[in-house]
Amino acid sequence: MSTFKQHSILPGFNLALGFTLLYLSLIVLIPLSAAFIRTAELTWSEFWSIVTTPRVLASYRLTFGVSFAAALVNAVFGLLVAWVLVRYHFPGKKIVDALVDLPFALPTAVAGIALTALYSGNGWIGQHLKPFGIKVAFTPLGIFVALTFIGLPFVVRTVQPVLEDIEAELEEAAATLGANRWQTFTHIIFPVLFPALMTGFALAFARAIGEYGSVIFIAGNMPMISEITPLLIVTKLEQYDYAGATALSVVMLVISFILLLIINLLQWWNRRSTQA
Amino acid sequence: MTTTITFPISGKTFRQRATEEPAWVRYSLVTVALLFLTLFLFVPLISVFYEALKKGVDVYLAAITAPDAVSAIKLTLTVAAIAVPLNLVFGVAAAWSIAKFEFRGKNLLITLIDLPFSVSPVVSGLIYVLVFGLQGWLGPWLAEHDLKIIFAVPGIVLATVFVTVPFIARELIPLMQAQGTEEEEAAVVLGASGWQTFWQITLPNIKWGLLYGAILCNARAMGEFGAVSVVSGHIRGSTNTLPLHVEILYNEYNFAAAFAVASLLALLALVTLALKTLIEFRNKQHQTLRGDA
Amino acid sequence: MSIEVLSLSKQFGAFTALHDVSLQVHSGELLALLGPSGSGKTTLLRVIAGLETADSGQVLFHGEDATDQHVRDRQVGFVFQHYALFRNMTIFDNVAFGLNVRPKKFRPTQEEIRARVMKLLHLVQLDWLADRYPHQLSGGQRQRIALARALAVEPKVLLLDEPFGALDAKVRKELRAWLRRLHDDMHITSVFVTHDQEEALEVADRVVVMNEGKIEQIGTPDEVYEQPASPFVYEFLGNVNLFHSRLHRGRAWIGDLEVDAPEHAEAEELAAIAYVRPHEIEVTRESNGGSTLAAQVVHILSVGPIVRLELRRENDESINPIQVEISKERFRELKLVKGDKVFIKPKRLDLFPNHLTSNLTH
Repeated sequence: MSTFKQHSILPGFNLALGFTLLYLSLIVLIPLSAAFIRTAELTWSEFWSIVTTPRVLASYRLTFGVSFAAALVNAVFGLLVAWVLVRYHFPGKKIVDALVDLPFALPTAVAGIALTALYSGNGWIGQHLKPFGIKVAFTPLGIFVALTFIGLPFVVRTVQPVLEDIEAELEEAAATLGANRWQTFTHIIFPVLFPALMTGFALAFARAIGEYGSVIFIAGNMPMISEITPLLIVTKLEQYDYAGATALSVVMLVISFILLLIINLLQWWNRRSTQA
Repeated sequence: MTTTITFPISGKTFRQRATEEPAWVRYSLVTVALLFLTLFLFVPLISVFYEALKKGVDVYLAAITAPDAVSAIKLTLTVAAIAVPLNLVFGVAAAWSIAKFEFRGKNLLITLIDLPFSVSPVVSGLIYVLVFGLQGWLGPWLAEHDLKIIFAVPGIVLATVFVTVPFIARELIPLMQAQGTEEEEAAVVLGASGWQTFWQITLPNIKWGLLYGAILCNARAMGEFGAVSVVSGHIRGSTNTLPLHVEILYNEYNFAAAFAVASLLALLALVTLALKTLIEFRNKQHQTLRGDA
Repeated sequence: MSIEVLSLSKQFGAFTALHDVSLQVHSGELLALLGPSGSGKTTLLRVIAGLETADSGQVLFHGEDATDQHVRDRQVGFVFQHYALFRNMTIFDNVAFGLNVRPKKFRPTQEEIRARVMKLLHLVQLDWLADRYPHQLSGGQRQRIALARALAVEPKVLLLDEPFGALDAKVRKELRAWLRRLHDDMHITSVFVTHDQEEALEVADRVVVMNEGKIEQIGTPDEVYEQPASPFVYEFLGNVNLFHSRLHRGRAWIGDLEVDAPEHAEAEELAAIAYVRPHEIEVTRESNGGSTLAAQVVHILSVGPIVRLELRRENDESINPIQVEISKERFRELKLVKGDKVFIKPKRLDLFPNHLTSNLTH
């Protein structure tokens, strides 16, 4: 007998696991493998030339650069929002706390048109930026705004529980030893929060890289300037360039898997450092 | 010689708690955080409703009762009505096998379930085109039998199912792991059958987690844009979901109508958040109640 | 460095944690704050440290008002029940923390810090663990490190909140003796909180017994054990038997037993409770005169040098039997077996009129 499964008196293992694997294979694994198998029909040099044209390279730079900047801003402000929600009291705190998840719940297309309307030249925010010569909508800056919106909850929601669990005693101990609040934050609190912060950052970054709906409205979608990689995949698909779209999507998938691996490692690190 | 260091004892009086920041720091931090949230969250949310109603209630009502809008609403509801139950059954089956049994490769399985979350929506749509599209594996066979999946409702359902696979499973797995297997084992020892154990013991224990996952799953199913956009073909009145309808109206410069339809989706988001908060609140109370007992 | 606490009061919502508490801690002594949970002992310690602010009252260090001084500036060493070691720092960095966070002007050089930390780690006998992290240490080791960390900043007073509360019984006993020796060497004014009477009586120079936000008694371990000032102290410290009695003009009656009660000369037909320690009851086979109580042996526990008897008085309705402790020799002399009839007489008792004891649960 194999030791694949440990003995249990509960029934239904074969049925449940069988269904799980079948469903996962049909819905997720086989379709995903299609992208890799179709790409394998290309030679390496064909593949390489598709995924490294100047227009594609520009889209990588834009997608990764802006996603990184948005995730960074979210790391800073997400930490601040989590801190304020956990530590301080202010009117309407419960509502604010609930609304932090809005970007998870609001369809991306809605976010996209709302942000575009706000930041366009005659929008509520755009009209105040115009006199300073700052254009947001239909520029890379607009992509940054959309990706910041999309990634906002990740850092807040990963840092918040860790911050809630920090024992008051640690901070009191630091205070009795003469540390001021800033020293207590930098030496005691921040190191405990850091793995969670990194996890939130990575999650926001990963989400931003693949984001499509909220970006296409506000981006302007100018090749070489404001064209993100997911849009390029759609464009190639609309031109019936299946090989090109598939090759690009394989690049995206590989990057997603690497990020998923990194996030799993970060979460493991987070669990370890909060439990010890 | 020992180094003795004396501090200047500050004479100022403050009744600040030992581990609290000065008031001005607290107020500044709250202010900055709220400003950030206002700029990036609240203003966009409000602007949806403002833009929707800017041209008056008549225009608003006309936009959401237009035949295309109604058929988009119907399609969106249909897609969610298929995708959510499917993922519900999957979530329960996956959580049952993962949480109640020990087997090899469990962590890999959990990672695979989470996979759709890390795939770009556009890629999620594309892979179905590669399988079912005209150029795809099953394309020629489907064409022969006059079956249409891509640029038709089945494709939209499949893409939606894909992007919402993890929602319910990832709520249930930790919940059922935390609950352990003792209650089910007790039921089986007392002579209950597998189904009796599941319906009478397991299901009542996980019903709130199930509902929580289903609500989030539903929000995503109704709101998914990228994946659906790739497989839909954008046929007005037939393969247009609500988010796609928003895009079409917006691209036709019919902004009032686009925002009117968008406001329905924004309302859905708000209802989702309200229900989510309510369940979280209930769980918290439940936990403290248990803790006191 | 002496500590003076002047009429401190502290309210948490509807709960009174401290009610007009005044206390003097002498320079160099080791004082225990003893009481059940909710008695206000930890709150008092935290107010002294500056971790909590009292609603009214003053805290004086060496005669100087420190009430409004921030905890950072009070130079107190504080040891927490759950150690509160910084898990992201090595043991060395934990102990060095208080020195490293000083303003540049007052910060010792790195060599001085290193020397002082190693000296302290040597003092707590854990210098070989300097490079480890807190999670690699046992509970007892962590608490010693927490103590070294508190001492590193050369505090004027040392405050310990249930320092052994999270440790198992054996380690607890060892650390208790070790703390006493350490204090004898260093003579730093120390206050520690405990709910364990044995710990307080064994370690402290003086014990402060607290209940419901008030101080019940302050005294040496002997004083509080031998001469409890209130029914609460009697019941909290060690086992005690309670007898319903009647007081009248300097005499008291417990059933047939009549005793002198000169301190209650003014009493007129007063109901009272008599408190008698189990080891202060004399057991005899024969009644010699009228001043004894008749009882029956219902249980004998004879393991160890002290024999515990449980007796029940005739016609006694109460559930609690009378607890008596006698030496093994005396037990052998009496040749007692279960069911024997005996006569008992308190060697010493304290009488508290009923209105003083009404708030205690019996």
